[in-house]
Amino acid sequence: MSLRLSSLLWVAVAVLGAFMLGGIALHRGESIDALWLIVAAVCIYALAYRFYAAWIAARVLALDAGRATPAVRLANGRDFVPTHRWVVFGHHFAAIAGPGPLVGPTLAAQFGYLPGTLWILIGAVLGGCVQDMVILFCSLRRDGRGLGQMARDELGPIAGSAALIGTFMILVVLISALGLTVVNAMKHSPWATATVAATIPIAMLIGLYMHQLRPGRVLEGTLIGLALLLFATVGGGWIDTLPGVRTWFDWDGASLAWMIMVYGFAAAILPVWLLLAPRDYLSTFLKLGTVFLLAIALVVLNPPLKMPAVTPFIDGSGPIFAGPVFPFVFITIACGAVSGFHALVASGTTPKLLDSEAPVPLVGYGSMILESFVAIMALVAATMLDPGVYFAINSPAGLIGTDPVQATAIITGWGYPVSAAQMAELAREMGETSLFSRTGGAPSLAVGMASIFSSAFGERMLAVWYHFAIMFEAVFILTTLDAGTRVGRFLLQDLLGTLWAPLGRTSWTPSVLLSSLLVVAAWGYFLRMGVLDPNGGVNILWPLFGISNQMLAAIALSVATGILAKSGRLRYAWVTGLPLLWLIIVTTTAAAYKVLSADPRIGFFAGARDLAERLASGALPPEKAAVAPQLIFNLHVDGWLTVFFAALLWIIVLDMAYTVWRVAAGRPVLPLRESAAASDLDLAQGERA
Amino acid sequence: MTAGIRPGLDRLRQAWALFRQWSGDDAYERYLAHHHAAHPGQAPLSRRAFIRRHHHERFSSGVNRCC
Repeated sequence: MSLRLSSLLWVAVAVLGAFMLGGIALHRGESIDALWLIVAAVCIYALAYRFYAAWIAARVLALDAGRATPAVRLANGRDFVPTHRWVVFGHHFAAIAGPGPLVGPTLAAQFGYLPGTLWILIGAVLGGCVQDMVILFCSLRRDGRGLGQMARDELGPIAGSAALIGTFMILVVLISALGLTVVNAMKHSPWATATVAATIPIAMLIGLYMHQLRPGRVLEGTLIGLALLLFATVGGGWIDTLPGVRTWFDWDGASLAWMIMVYGFAAAILPVWLLLAPRDYLSTFLKLGTVFLLAIALVVLNPPLKMPAVTPFIDGSGPIFAGPVFPFVFITIACGAVSGFHALVASGTTPKLLDSEAPVPLVGYGSMILESFVAIMALVAATMLDPGVYFAINSPAGLIGTDPVQATAIITGWGYPVSAAQMAELAREMGETSLFSRTGGAPSLAVGMASIFSSAFGERMLAVWYHFAIMFEAVFILTTLDAGTRVGRFLLQDLLGTLWAPLGRTSWTPSVLLSSLLVVAAWGYFLRMGVLDPNGGVNILWPLFGISNQMLAAIALSVATGILAKSGRLRYAWVTGLPLLWLIIVTTTAAAYKVLSADPRIGFFAGARDLAERLASGALPPEKAAVAPQLIFNLHVDGWLTVFFAALLWIIVLDMAYTVWRVAAGRPVLPLRESAAASDLDLAQGERA
Repeated sequence: MTAGIRPGLDRLRQAWALFRQWSGDDAYERYLAHHHAAHPGQAPLSRRAFIRRHHHERFSSGVNRCC
């Protein structure tokens, strides 16, 4: 394409994007269609990728397409394998895209569609994509080293330890928050529970197929598995109609939490090929397929967004989680905008596969754009529901009660009309007994997806689509849960190994059992507390997860900024420094709210005080009084954990700032640990010869 | 006529090869190719032994799944 034609095209993209954004901003008082959001997002992504990512690649990182990557230099046919760029892109996207970008935007929709949309778009192109790309580059230049190791090498041992401990803590909080989402989707729903339970034997069956019957035939096995999963989705509905059998799958939240813990422990100690690997294949295909289907359906259907642009809940009184839009929208939506967790993937398997530095923008920046787009779709799915329905599904029973008439009256009183009859009809259509207070994000997303799919692809199979969506979310939440437990186990064994060497041996059975048990106990504790807390669950766990994930992002951006400064790119350090500054502000403010606020729904310690007073005055009904002491203790744990996260964040930021200051002042710093370019290696070898 | 179809077919074939590589369906073939090149004369692992090791390693080397 000629230069002039290409410039014209990009001007057109910019004008279209600006027109769509202007439309979104000026449409007030009447609903707008989803396509406005989708087209605006795509234009912004295209411009950011074409210009900002390319500029970072050329100027800031000065990528060298001819420089030999670790995959080329250290090729061993196992973990270091030069791989085609689109294959690496597929691997990287499949690795970073989990349930996070679906759940976060769904919860943040309580503020209206505008705050979430703006943060997802701006956060991704200026923050998240940049973080993923720069960390990928740093690891690529360091033989594929992990984030913790890079922090230790480049900033020092304190930053290194902070990164490792932070990684472990975020895993624990993440798994419990996601576990809560699955529990709430399965609670007293025999159909959902039966379908999700069936995914376990299905995965094992496929594991046996791929390893015993037809070893290595991954595509065959996965296809059979997907067919079985669809059958299980329909079969769950059939079980739901059998009076004797359905009670086997009808459980309350507390029992389901215990079952998930048992499952998590089993998955961590069973051989990988039997459960983890096949489940991972199924989940990856299901995830990509469903996301693709959702994108097509949204474009075909172009649903109007019924949620207002901004709701009154931006003042902090939101029913789903408490806290004002600043800073809470920025920690509620982590994945999809900026997610620290991605830095672990970008400094893990991905840099060991790239066959050149040239695809760094495609893999690092591009994959994150796609994940951000998934978050936009989740936001559309949440905001196209009737706001009254959305709040009825997502508000906890502690706030709206358990009586349908009273609950709908309260929600209608907020200004979002909904009736008990409407909710009963919706539940019947979705094949559930009730949809009230199914908090956690998954059920309301499933209702949204079910109405999108059934409208776009015709027919009235709402109930099957709903349970398909639940199964889809549960499958990859459970994949994150068991893969996360396993990673947590390795981290813990690493840590325990410094106390007593045998505990660090990853294949020594007593150490495997002990460390797996400890990891499951850690997330199981928070999961159980989330299930017990009538107000709590999401309101407690999701902000904790957001704070810890953004803390990890700040750690990653600190490492990146430190490396930029040390490698003679101080004048470009703002590229990672500005998003870092924003995350420091957001995370610290959110942590301060969660620790210091006097509002019992926001502040952890205020919540503990409030509960203790109500317990002492006898205002609590007996069943709540029985668990109150545990909940009070847990709120203290959450409060101190928040303090701990904020402290970790500041330790590493100050460590980085000190390094940057020394660079700017011309003082010596730890040497840059970049591995030599292949041409230098050739020279050295030539000299030796 | 065939001259018009051939490049399209090649492209499809290439896309299918990339898809197989991404999914891990051709992992054993790739291992064999690498093994014969890097360690000529040594017996390679059997399909079953290889795939078990391959999957074990994939889930024993750090974070490859995320939130």
